[in-house]
Amino acid sequence: MIKLLYFASLREALGVGNEQVELPDRISDVAALMRWLQDRGELWRNALADPHLIVAVNQQVASTDTVIQDGDEVAWFPPITGG
Amino acid sequence: MISVQTDDIDPGRELEALRRACAGKAGAVVSFMGLVRDLNEGDSVSQLTLEHYPGMTEKALGEIREQACRRWNLLDAVIIHRVGPLAPSDRIVFVAAACAHRGDAFRACEFMIDTLKTEAPFWKKEVTANSTRWLPGSGNVPS
Repeated sequence: MIKLLYFASLREALGVGNEQVELPDRISDVAALMRWLQDRGELWRNALADPHLIVAVNQQVASTDTVIQDGDEVAWFPPITGG
Repeated sequence: MISVQTDDIDPGRELEALRRACAGKAGAVVSFMGLVRDLNEGDSVSQLTLEHYPGMTEKALGEIREQACRRWNLLDAVIIHRVGPLAPSDRIVFVAAACAHRGDAFRACEFMIDTLKTEAPFWKKEVTANSTRWLPGSGNVPS
């Protein structure tokens, strides 16, 4: 299982803030995970296509080729406003 | 001490705690308190809601505090940030640095607030008379 998190405007657009998912074996990096989520439908395809989105794996900012493993926490969010 | 909380901040209590924690060693405690304004880009603001990434935000604030402590040789430092719905004039953030001398305490305090203003993973949503809007990003990637 991996934990997925979505914040702020992205959370509102998707209508979900967090979920636990069982990862198919073939998904080993952020890019593959993103494509898998985008296959959920148009809403997901469009929302995750925003090039400004930031992705973090285990609370560290990551990139499309960052490796994903069972037990990881992956978060997507729009650019931060700051405190 | 780092805290991300919905509860209000009591600056007097925090300053007194710092004074006691650094008793005899600190010659200065400098603090900054940030408040919610009722005007942003010409629009009157009735509510500001802050969202954060639990865990990552605390980690980012902890790193900012650690950096300040090392760089200015602080005796202690505090960063408290509120989340959730806030109204104009509400306390939103409190930062304080305790140090042997005032110069370093001032600089450390300014560094902590300036850095968290751009690098900590918070998102702000503003309610005005005409709209509800997420504020644009700082352009920085969270640390």
